[in-house]
Amino acid sequence: MRVDGKGFVNRAKAVSFSFDGKTYQGFEGDTLASALLANDVRLVARSFKYHRPRGILTAGSEEPNALVTIGQGAQAEPNMRATVQEIYDGLVAKPQNAWPSLAFDAMGINDWFAPFLSAGFYYKTFMWPRKFWEGLYEPIIRNAAGLGALSGQTNPDRYEKAFAHCDVLVIGAGPAGLMAALTAARAGALVILADETPQMGGRLLAETHEVGGKACHAWAADMVAELQGMDNVRLMTRTTVTGAYDQGTFGALEKVGHHIADRDDDLPLECFWRITAKRAVMCSGALERPIAFPMNDRPGIMTAGAVRTYLNRYGVAAGKKVAIFGNNDDAHRTARDLAASGVEISAYIDSREGVALDGDFPVYAGCQVTGTEGRLGLENITVRKGTTDLMVSADCLAMSGGWNPSVHLMCHMNGRPKWDEAIQSFVPVDGMIPGMVAAGSAKGVMDTGGCLRSGAQAAIEALGAIGLDAQMPDIPQAEDDAYVISPLWMVDLGGKAKHRAWLDFQNDVTTKDIKLAAQENFKSVEHMKRYTTQGMATDQGKNSNVAALAILADATGRTIPETGTTTFRPPYAPVSIASMGAGSQGKGFAPERFTTSHLATLQRRAPMIEAGLWYRPSYFPQAGETTWRESCDREVNMVRSTVGVCDVSTLGKIDIQGPDAAAFLDFVYANTFSTLKIGKVRYGLMLREDGHVMDDGTTARMGENHYVMTTTTAAAGQVMKHLEFVAQCLKPEMDVRFISVTEQWAQFAVAGPKARDLLNLVLDAAIDDETMPYMSCADVQVAGVGGRLFRISFSGEHAYEVAVPARYGDSLFRLLCAQAEAMDGGPYGMEALNVLRIEKGFITHAEIHGRVTAFDIGFDRMVSRKKDCVGQTMSGREGLHGDYREQLVGLKPLNGQQALLAGAHVFDVADEAVRVNDRGYITSVGYSPTLGSYLGLGFVQNGRARHGERVKMVDHLRKAEVICEICDPVFFDPEGGRLRG
Amino acid sequence: MRLPCPICGDRDRREFYYMGDAVALHRPAPDAGEDAWDDYLHLRDNPCGRTRDLWMHEAGCSAWIVVERDTATHEVFGATLARKVKR
Repeated sequence: MRVDGKGFVNRAKAVSFSFDGKTYQGFEGDTLASALLANDVRLVARSFKYHRPRGILTAGSEEPNALVTIGQGAQAEPNMRATVQEIYDGLVAKPQNAWPSLAFDAMGINDWFAPFLSAGFYYKTFMWPRKFWEGLYEPIIRNAAGLGALSGQTNPDRYEKAFAHCDVLVIGAGPAGLMAALTAARAGALVILADETPQMGGRLLAETHEVGGKACHAWAADMVAELQGMDNVRLMTRTTVTGAYDQGTFGALEKVGHHIADRDDDLPLECFWRITAKRAVMCSGALERPIAFPMNDRPGIMTAGAVRTYLNRYGVAAGKKVAIFGNNDDAHRTARDLAASGVEISAYIDSREGVALDGDFPVYAGCQVTGTEGRLGLENITVRKGTTDLMVSADCLAMSGGWNPSVHLMCHMNGRPKWDEAIQSFVPVDGMIPGMVAAGSAKGVMDTGGCLRSGAQAAIEALGAIGLDAQMPDIPQAEDDAYVISPLWMVDLGGKAKHRAWLDFQNDVTTKDIKLAAQENFKSVEHMKRYTTQGMATDQGKNSNVAALAILADATGRTIPETGTTTFRPPYAPVSIASMGAGSQGKGFAPERFTTSHLATLQRRAPMIEAGLWYRPSYFPQAGETTWRESCDREVNMVRSTVGVCDVSTLGKIDIQGPDAAAFLDFVYANTFSTLKIGKVRYGLMLREDGHVMDDGTTARMGENHYVMTTTTAAAGQVMKHLEFVAQCLKPEMDVRFISVTEQWAQFAVAGPKARDLLNLVLDAAIDDETMPYMSCADVQVAGVGGRLFRISFSGEHAYEVAVPARYGDSLFRLLCAQAEAMDGGPYGMEALNVLRIEKGFITHAEIHGRVTAFDIGFDRMVSRKKDCVGQTMSGREGLHGDYREQLVGLKPLNGQQALLAGAHVFDVADEAVRVNDRGYITSVGYSPTLGSYLGLGFVQNGRARHGERVKMVDHLRKAEVICEICDPVFFDPEGGRLRG
Repeated sequence: MRLPCPICGDRDRREFYYMGDAVALHRPAPDAGEDAWDDYLHLRDNPCGRTRDLWMHEAGCSAWIVVERDTATHEVFGATLARKVKR
């Protein structure tokens, strides 16, 4: 019900929205919760476990009950809190966890079974038979329990991530936060002030007292206006600081688009901020806790502070007849404000004796609420005075069990808050988070005047730490009422109580569950939490944890400080995974790297395969070819008979220069490069310090002090880091510099008997065997462009790699392909490249996978003993040599048409194919059209001594068994005549 | 978490590649013996408290740095270029 003359919603602008299929009117500035209450809608949700009717409990982000689904279709967002969601024209909200309807929920039957559904029910009941768990019990339980459901469609909304830096981060813009921000800003600090809600002011917007001689909300508005006018201040509304991390880093979620009806496509729904602050002031306020009295969960029962917020901020009376039940003086304000607004108060119940209130309503001091009635919403409450029960009519009950300082952020680095007897709650301890101080009610200061002072003092402390002088500002006159409270955690009717009293509303945890946990010896607060699920819902027990552990303390005969708190972990409020992963969806997850020949390759309809982040052609299909094998076989034959062209730009290229370049390479490679002549290329083997192979590639000497190293595509980044490590950490005395030039050069392999004929068509000066012998390199002119030519081969054919600056890559690739085709050649892809190298026994990272040594691949003699190098010492250690090692071999099926499988294991023919008989495994396979047979490379124990023997390949997963012969890994042209020809 | 790169200043942890204990700087001589090499490559302390480790500012200036920090409190005390520590 709206109350005239109250609140800050814009009554000139009506907003139409729907809830549960019905259309309602609210005003601009309303939350969904305030608008529903204004329309006298009390029932908004069903509970998680018992499907009990639930209403709105709070007016903030801690709301456990009023969770709804906002939006429709793919954009539907489940579990949105009605107390946070702002309304806009056309907003569609739906209740959750209720079928067929909110008012009649079939699963409400669970509530009748409540005596059987206590804590630990699942553990005790669904033990047997074991196999029923996954098939039967779990699906039924999952169907019955739960909250909102995802749409199941791809989320079309945009999310953003952003970074911000400041001197002082002020978290929360209530009285303490505003004062802290103003003090810091006036001292010239760069300030960020973040607040969860759309309007800054915190409790000042929900109260009616005066600050500095004006209404407190007006004072807050003046402060915000002053801050807005300062260049060194950034005000962030709708922004929840969700976590405190190391070195002054904070996570914060900004709700950018949740309140906008028609968002522009480029406006994100949410933005996740990472804020780095030299100092932080935590002014996160306090949260009110309910009281656990029997049947305290009916719609209409709310916290007293929330009732005040709805009245003063939104101009909404939460009921027509309100009863108030509290154990502290703060609840008196709810009575005072309601009475002043003409709302009927049917009873004021204070658990403390002798409390007197002025007002035209009955006051029951030293009394408790012992029961409630009303199926879908509160109708009556029972007040017990001594031994007499009194029925009081009320459609709203405002309860207050006291206020808990929001210490959460302060505890994110595993700090534990301390118990404060005076306010009956936990408060932060100094130094819990380096660089962050608490102020205001978050620190346990419960009066407005104290909060203002505390905020200013905290800011001065923070400013002093970063060397800024600040003056203590004038603290405006404000209320400094004492906050008097005496503990009341639950209304205890003794053992005979047949009605439940809720603590954790969202997870349906009752006082009985906590006692049961203690009785069953789950006495540690962490055990109790997990046994009962207390505090494990989306609100993380913000309303209920302190009361739960007070009851646990009582049940186990300990004090509350002895019982302790559970661990506080980020995030403070729910954060969507989409916002944390912003920028990493779809292509953002794995950026694409394209070679210069990418477009030309696509135009030839080549399917692309991923090689790390790179995209490379699998094969180049031609008319009439229906399978990849047909294309691959043709391309292999083409390279062996005429000429093929392949983009090899993805290999890492590192330019190395300096007087010590040769010595540096001698140290990083197992073999020697200082003896390499200028204009020559050498294969290099790189080891890790533990003696295993890291990478391989060719390195060319372009000048006395200039080398160009190539790495494999996969290890390019790793090798670069390794070179930097060696240069900076192991050999800083060496005068050598290097840089990755992978993307600066486009490089193409030209391979086949006609390779030189093809190259001579594009080179300005023709080459021959004398000017470009095998393993030579030279600077060349390619169609008038300066480039490099290397006579190296990964196919076993007479071959070259020609490199030009990347901007010429596309045209050179097209030119080479066109000329090759005129010679019955053409481009070839990765499948053919793989078959060509397997035929020659050339290794890739399939073979040098991190567990093999130079000895294993037959390159032991390449490890120079004349010089020190990375991996040299350890490659000689015991265990890395000998007949027990699995050694690189070729494997050929006896029946060449039987496919070998990479990853399959090798066993002796007579042995059973079980682990203990394992003799090795296959790393690479392919069909060789040259030899008319499947071929494999792999590792077999003592394999080099077993050439000619038979073994069986067994693949248990793919159910295959093939008898093979062990042979030399070089299947084709072992003498290498074709390379040099 | 933020690390103080001696060249670039305080930077976000995401810009760095982590290697491990700065003991990696002290490579034994080739003839130092099996124990020295085993120690260098495989044996690491697991301190609760101060530690020095090697990080590389991979998404920045490529400098390898030695960061001194506390594994229990996560406090970072400072960082030095590995090149300078070594010399």
